[in-house]
Amino acid sequence: MLYAIETSGITKRFEEVTAVNNISISVKPGELFGLLGPNGAGKTTLINMLSTMIEPSGGRALVWGHDVVKEADMVRQNIGVVFQDTTLDDRLTGRENLDLHGRLYGLNGKTRKSRIQDVLSLVELTEKADVIVKTYSGGMMRRLEIARGLMHHPHVLFLDEPTLGLDPQTRLHIWEYINKLNSEEGVTILLTTHYMEEADRLCDRIAIIDYGQIVALDTPQDLKNMLGGDVITLGLEDPGDVGKLCGTYQKNGCANIVTGKQNEVFITVDNGERQIPHILALASQAGIHIFSVSLRKPTLDDVFIHYTGRAIRDKEVSGMEEVGYKMRSRRK
Amino acid sequence: MEFGRAAQTVYTMWLREMIRFSRSKSRIIGALATPLFFLVILGTGFSSAFQVRGGGTFDKSYLAPGLIGMSVLFASLMGGVSIIWDREFGFLKEILIAPVSRFFVSLGKAIGGVTTAMIQGILIMIIARLIGIHYVSFWGVLAGIGIMFISGIGFIGLGIAIASKIESHEGFQMVMSFLTMPLVLLSGAFFPIANLPGWLKVFVYANPLTYAVEALRYFLLGKSFISIWLCIAVLVIFSTAMISLGGKLFGKMRA
Repeated sequence: MLYAIETSGITKRFEEVTAVNNISISVKPGELFGLLGPNGAGKTTLINMLSTMIEPSGGRALVWGHDVVKEADMVRQNIGVVFQDTTLDDRLTGRENLDLHGRLYGLNGKTRKSRIQDVLSLVELTEKADVIVKTYSGGMMRRLEIARGLMHHPHVLFLDEPTLGLDPQTRLHIWEYINKLNSEEGVTILLTTHYMEEADRLCDRIAIIDYGQIVALDTPQDLKNMLGGDVITLGLEDPGDVGKLCGTYQKNGCANIVTGKQNEVFITVDNGERQIPHILALASQAGIHIFSVSLRKPTLDDVFIHYTGRAIRDKEVSGMEEVGYKMRSRRK
Repeated sequence: MEFGRAAQTVYTMWLREMIRFSRSKSRIIGALATPLFFLVILGTGFSSAFQVRGGGTFDKSYLAPGLIGMSVLFASLMGGVSIIWDREFGFLKEILIAPVSRFFVSLGKAIGGVTTAMIQGILIMIIARLIGIHYVSFWGVLAGIGIMFISGIGFIGLGIAIASKIESHEGFQMVMSFLTMPLVLLSGAFFPIANLPGWLKVFVYANPLTYAVEALRYFLLGKSFISIWLCIAVLVIFSTAMISLGGKLFGKMRA
């Protein structure tokens, strides 16, 4: 088996809306793969199809070598799923939730006992194991769900927005668990998120998904590199020098893209931190006084804007994003 | 192996119902209180107000089988439609995504619900005995418990079937009030069915609870209006049909 998850042209139509439109992805065993997109992009629908909750309207998908429609039970045996909303029984204790799950997946008593210990300590809930779930905090519930998803040693784990609605500290914790799972237990993980930082920090590869389609797919680093590099912003005392300085840099060919605006010059380069001395030297040779320098590495936010033409969340367009738009239009 | 897995699934779902039942003490007390109020207050009121045809006072023993039947009906239906809560609170997804047969999941849920219904029925039977209602024999009591099981399975199957079709818990309230009250009132739980007018007779005879109450009356008090064999036959057919329907609809259910 070459891929843990393989889809070819998978599609889901709901009456009028096409939620997932002809998506083909291949996830390698052991990979931590992210689906990044705004709410309503089709991420959850894709996960629901891969986890056999709903049937695709077209295309096909294999999970751990099994067809999600024809061999749904085999797929179910091999996957763990943590849904966006809680699916715990809140009248039971944490341990009882795990135990019932183990029973449903056919684990014997001895295996259940030792596995419950393992997964509880992984998510640091051992002390709360015998408390009724109703009294858990949101973060504890999410951790218990992750633990439960791992009870039966799944090969593939689906995490739908694993840190949605959690406070920053809990989020950091959950990220640690996810990394630990992936590196120590070797579980293939497919997660969806609309948090850039989460996708950036966790994922080996990211598929940016918008209106049910994949608009970009690569490692976080390569996605960012595609934007052309780092952006150096120079602040000039005399706005009149802007044109002259831009000309200097263009003539020297030391930058990929140069733009000027009011009293600032934006230079897109590779390895920005190494280029700064050279760029400043060229400026002083030309007799232009620079009073500020800043370096900004592109983020996934910039990548997202580049591919979809808008920010993932509604917010004010900052100066940097304007550059993003400019670079985009230049490329066209 | 297949059998072992099926048995494990049924047991798991049963176990869950038992744990939840043991944690809901207030629910149990509430479920016991209603039929006991009926028995004591209605029983006493009827005895003092009515004379039975042919003389003699109304014996409140007459109400006991009806109230046991009523509490089994309530508990079983609730057990079945609790699938709606499972969907509301998300746990249903956990079950639907598990690599197990949906039919055995619903069977386990049914047996779990029936167990709670039987526990409640038996408790009422015991309390009724304590307040002076006499049962004809020990074997009759055991047979009565058997009737609780068969009819409970039927009503729980009906509950699961309804829950699988209802989209929201608002719809559930309506179904419950349009289903439970007519079933109870038309079952002969509170009045003898011997001399009913024709139109009412049709409803009473079409009501599965009638046969459960009559069978309980036969086994606990030693006399029934409808033949015990007809009662048992109707209940067995009803239960088999309902649990099959419930299992089938649950199999198609989406979270």
